[in-house]
Amino acid sequence: MEKKFYTVNVYSENTVGILNQVTNVFTRRQVNIESLTVSRSSIPGVHKYTITATTDEETIAKMVRQIERRIDVLKAFYYLDDEIIFQEIALYKIPTDKVMEHGIIEQVVRRYNARILEMNRGYTVIEQTGHNEEIEQLYRDLEPTGILQFVRSGRISITKSSIERLSNFLAEMEAKRLASEQSYK
Amino acid sequence: MSERINGAEALMRSFKEENVTTIFGYPGGFIIPVFDALYSYQKEFDCILTRHEQGAVHAAQGYARVTGQPGVVIVTSGPAATNVITGLADAMLDSTPLVVITGQSIVAQLGTDSFQETDVIGITQPVTKWSYQIRRAEDLPWAVARAFYIAREGRPGPVVLDLTKDAQTQLFDFEYEKCRFIRSYQPNPTPDQADLALAADLINLAKRPMAVVGQGVMLGHAEKELYEFLEKADIPAASTLLGLSIMANDYPLNMGMVGMHGNVAPNRKTGECDVLIAIGCRFSDRVTGDINTYAANANIIHFDIDPSELNKNVRVFLPVLGNVKQTLPAVTRLLKPARHTEWIASFKTYKEQEDKQVIARDLHPEGPAITMAETVKCISDKSGKQAVLVADVGQNEMVSARYFSAGPGRQFVASGGLGTMGFCLPAAVGAALGAPTSEIYAVCGDGGIQMTIQELGTIMQYQLPVKVVVLNNNFLGMVRQWQELFWDKRYSSTRMQNPDFVQLAASYHIAGRRVEKREELSEAVQQMIDHKGPYLLEVHVEEEGMVYPMIPAGQPISNIIMGPSEK
Ligand SMILES: Cc1ncc(C[n+]2csc(CCOP(=O)(O)OP(=O)(O)O)c2C)c(N)n1
Repeated sequence: MEKKFYTVNVYSENTVGILNQVTNVFTRRQVNIESLTVSRSSIPGVHKYTITATTDEETIAKMVRQIERRIDVLKAFYYLDDEIIFQEIALYKIPTDKVMEHGIIEQVVRRYNARILEMNRGYTVIEQTGHNEEIEQLYRDLEPTGILQFVRSGRISITKSSIERLSNFLAEMEAKRLASEQSYK
Repeated sequence: MSERINGAEALMRSFKEENVTTIFGYPGGFIIPVFDALYSYQKEFDCILTRHEQGAVHAAQGYARVTGQPGVVIVTSGPAATNVITGLADAMLDSTPLVVITGQSIVAQLGTDSFQETDVIGITQPVTKWSYQIRRAEDLPWAVARAFYIAREGRPGPVVLDLTKDAQTQLFDFEYEKCRFIRSYQPNPTPDQADLALAADLINLAKRPMAVVGQGVMLGHAEKELYEFLEKADIPAASTLLGLSIMANDYPLNMGMVGMHGNVAPNRKTGECDVLIAIGCRFSDRVTGDINTYAANANIIHFDIDPSELNKNVRVFLPVLGNVKQTLPAVTRLLKPARHTEWIASFKTYKEQEDKQVIARDLHPEGPAITMAETVKCISDKSGKQAVLVADVGQNEMVSARYFSAGPGRQFVASGGLGTMGFCLPAAVGAALGAPTSEIYAVCGDGGIQMTIQELGTIMQYQLPVKVVVLNNNFLGMVRQWQELFWDKRYSSTRMQNPDFVQLAASYHIAGRRVEKREELSEAVQQMIDHKGPYLLEVHVEEEGMVYPMIPAGQPISNIIMGPSEK
């Protein structure tokens, strides 16, 4: 089957040890995690994991179900790039004199929608938000200046669909909870 | 209403709330407070001291398998916690409900490599349905309630609670509330009505339907629903290894067992049926062989409660998610009564072939040596309707599956997914406690029994009427069989020198007898059955015996080896 680049979103309760359980599903199938971002979601008590990996659809579908099988995981979904809006953030630290020499600052800021976070005599820190290719392109552009440090985040993403699958799930579960309470009264 | 008690006492009260009656355990430093509390609860709980923590878990599995209730285990930290891993992995694969409490070091020392500290959560997560560390006594009732709920509900499985010493001794206000709901867990997914209707349509249109019955039917207590389903549409059915004993052997629609050493007819018919209805099973590779050729002429309908099993191993035409207790009767209502007389009769040809080429040879061998099959058949014929056979792993297990006629009921217990040698003896301990009115036969090989043989001590101490049958071939038989068939008879590390098992049993004050001659077999089996209390029967069986039929691993299930001449 054809390998593609997938973004997996996992929503879980905020309990200790879930990350292990999620990554273990990737490890067992020898699928490399390209990036991983974990943070609180907009729903109190719910954490969101954004994971990217390259594999085939059958494998990613099975893995997502196996992740969901873990008790504290609420829901997991997988997407192709055209189904989501996504960004990464990158920081570049470059010697200020080189920046001046090359005269690239303005060009960088305009072309890549980047911004200067810090500039002093010694170094300049540039922040860029964008897609993987843009970040790699800017890296190449900056390379001649002698990049001192470079760091990039994992991907974060939001779905394009108008259906909020997690909210629907939570509503469904809340209805089940109410029903179960009724039946024990 | 609440009352200040310590965590250990709270654990006892929580167990009472969950109707626990039997506990398998082994004490140690970081669990002493819990055992101290148990001392005051001897009337409420039978606490069985096994001889190894692995034995405690397998015993709890045996108990759970015959009762349908979670098996409960209490052990200490560190080496005890690592000793339970095999049983947890076994229970995870075989969907056995367990609640395992491990002691743990004091909270202040966690993460410092303190004495007998291991990362229990880290180690157990991959082999449990849920594992959780309790650091404060006040979290204990919540965690225990959740543990029982998770172990029991939906697809059952093992749960670990890692109980720090602090949580055992702290005083707190105890209050217990059973868990009835977990937001992130849907144990009983709602069936999709359209799927049910489509399943019924497919079955109604089928000319050659066949069902494969897995343990899910037992776990869902849907035996009656299964019979009604099969009978209404006249569907021939076969069991997986763990599905054995759901249908009685003489149930007219029971066509035997599928899989590597299963019956010829259902294995061959898997390739001939036009609709294959898999019910509460997971398409183990031991059942499917080469998945690309599996059930090649059939639309597969898969009924299962676990969404992650659907389309996992075999791509199916129609997955039907839900508890079979609900989905089966819902489909049955939509079925048209049907008769498949000719189709069912066509199984007979293969059955006769197997009778002649395999079963006759197994049961009426030409050579002087006793076969495993004769022994198991003899036990099966002489034992009562309620007898439970607990098998070990290897040839003894496959022969037990083939020749013990069990059911209907929870009467065949074996380690399926993990294939854990040493499972049998301790699991029989648990089965004896869970089904005190049934005869319990522990059928094992000379290799497997020695992996947990110390549990003879447990059998002795509690005078459990387990009948241990050692099928002694002085070989690690199943591995030797593979070496004979596929590795040029190079018997590398499979020959085994054995102790005198009867004398060994005698040193545990367990009566026993050795049988070497066929003439003595029947009488010896009878003597074992008539004996009150535990007994060990050592049967010297054919050293280089084989289990046929056999489908070599990974091959299409039509490649059945029937006997020595062909391979
Ligand atoms: C713990 C464990 N170790 C190794 C194996 C591999 N294995 C499978 S069957 C078998 C041979 C079992 O020999 P024995 O217990 O004498 O039973 P027999 O096959 O002769 O009936 C072995 C070694 C296993 N299943 N479990």
